[in-house]
Amino acid sequence: MTVHIEDAPPRVPGPDPSTAGLPPPRPRRPRSARWLPYLLLAPAVLALAAVLGYALVRNLVISFQEFGRRQLISRTTEWTGLDNYRAVLENERFWDAAVRTFVFMAANVLVIMILGTLIGLLLNALGTKMRLLLSISLVAAWAMPVIASTTVFQWLFDQQFGVANWVMRSLGFSGYEQHNWFGSGTSTLAIVTVLIVWASVPFVALNLYAGLTTVSGEIWEAARMDGASDWRVFWSILVPIMRPFFLITTFLEIIWVFKAFTQIYAMNEGGPDRQSETLPVMAYMEGMGQNQYGAAAAISVLTLIILLVAMSFYFWLIFKQEKEES
Amino acid sequence: MRKVMLNGTALVLVVLFLFPVYWMFSTSFKSNTDVLSKDPVFFFTPSFDHYSTATGVDLFWTYVGNSFIVTIGAVLLALGVALMASYAIARMRFRGRRGMVIAVMMAQMAPWEILIIVVYLNARDLEMLNSIGTLTLVYFVMALPFTIWTLRGFIAAVPKELEESAMIDGCTRTQAFFRVIFPLLAPGLMATSLFGFISAWNEYAMVLVLNKAPDAATLPLWLTQFQTNFGNDWGATMAASSMFTIPVLILFILLQRRVTGGLSAGAVKG
Repeated sequence: MTVHIEDAPPRVPGPDPSTAGLPPPRPRRPRSARWLPYLLLAPAVLALAAVLGYALVRNLVISFQEFGRRQLISRTTEWTGLDNYRAVLENERFWDAAVRTFVFMAANVLVIMILGTLIGLLLNALGTKMRLLLSISLVAAWAMPVIASTTVFQWLFDQQFGVANWVMRSLGFSGYEQHNWFGSGTSTLAIVTVLIVWASVPFVALNLYAGLTTVSGEIWEAARMDGASDWRVFWSILVPIMRPFFLITTFLEIIWVFKAFTQIYAMNEGGPDRQSETLPVMAYMEGMGQNQYGAAAAISVLTLIILLVAMSFYFWLIFKQEKEES
Repeated sequence: MRKVMLNGTALVLVVLFLFPVYWMFSTSFKSNTDVLSKDPVFFFTPSFDHYSTATGVDLFWTYVGNSFIVTIGAVLLALGVALMASYAIARMRFRGRRGMVIAVMMAQMAPWEILIIVVYLNARDLEMLNSIGTLTLVYFVMALPFTIWTLRGFIAAVPKELEESAMIDGCTRTQAFFRVIFPLLAPGLMATSLFGFISAWNEYAMVLVLNKAPDAATLPLWLTQFQTNFGNDWGATMAASSMFTIPVLILFILLQRRVTGGLSAGAVKG
């Protein structure tokens, strides 16, 4: 994962929502001024519509078509209604992938949030030097390009010369002479989980720490004076104060992990035997691997619908928070 | 006692988080006998062989050039287009403004990973596969919503009065923008272009399907080419990964403060 701070909710400037319904007092402007905002927006809208909008529409269209190798070459269109969806929904592989995606996502998000929170709290409790050292190592992990870190993890878990097998042997486990970590879908996804957690925890930890520094220290002292335990301080003070942070970050992580592609695909191409395919990887494999573009489109439409549910929760949170702030 | 425990935990975490990065760099400097050893070698005489292997492949400089053209092109396009759009959103009242804000927010979260196939089909229909221009266009659109969103915040933060007084003193709206707002946007422009650069530089899935032809490929495809069915050249892979990572690492360290400031500023009311 790269930096995704774009999702940081900035405070909303501009019109107060309460007056949005009223016509704004408009000073007299020349006629051209009325077109100016649209003119300024035109390039952005055109670019988004041409690349993103068209892709979304075409995806939906193809999902209702028979679209395989033959149609790809002859460039013909054959409408088949809901056939793709029927085939996909009757395909056991799709349901396996769907369940796998949810379990994978839940495990990742849970571990990321727990570890991220603990490390964020640890950063807050450390002395200056140790905090700097830990921050630097977190930033280093965060900064690694996904494709680079994926190849590094392949190397760490290499069957013959990987460090992971050596560590297991050194810890006294047997059977790690040449253990194949990518021998099953579950094991492959477990390694992808380690990779994603390693790369995502810094985001949560550093942002939590940055948030904590804005909370006045007096609150903690007051609670301690009153004899509150660490556990109590965490649940009764920290969680309520940082509630928006926890909610928004959790949803961001849900969305990111759900649509993770590079880590899973580059790690083992969804293998062995397509057993580590999550929905985005399955859509890709059906399309590029099997030339079943119609089925691929249907899978990606279904995935998109699931994602939209998570995203609408996310936006709901953001809008709610903006309302509270304004 | 508590202090020792905390510092001990922190040290363990430092090792865990740094180890993959350290291992990447250290492997890249090992000779092949040290790389291909059953028990890992921690002390070795450094060798640059893998770097020569990695940079010695056909078309290496083409990949480097392509990566830079695509990322810089996408960032510059995004900045130009986003400046106009974000000014309109931040400063002007017009019908459809709220819809535009929502559209930009949604577009930021666009699941490109799921649209790879259809973007490929679209590019294929338009005979735009294996083209640097297509890749630049796609990366530009990927970076655009975030750039609009961030610049909008920066423009809105400039007091309206500054601009208005410039206009009262005889500036046109355009002049007021370039003389008053634009200079104050420098940090915003820096931050967004660095983010755009990093995300385009790192992108793998799109270039994998759109630009398979070697002369149109970018560095992420170069980095994965040392793993083949005939065996993996781990030394060269790690050398390539290291070279690929260093520019991003530097940008990240420069950016870190700004990054961590962002989310918390929104999440916690100071």
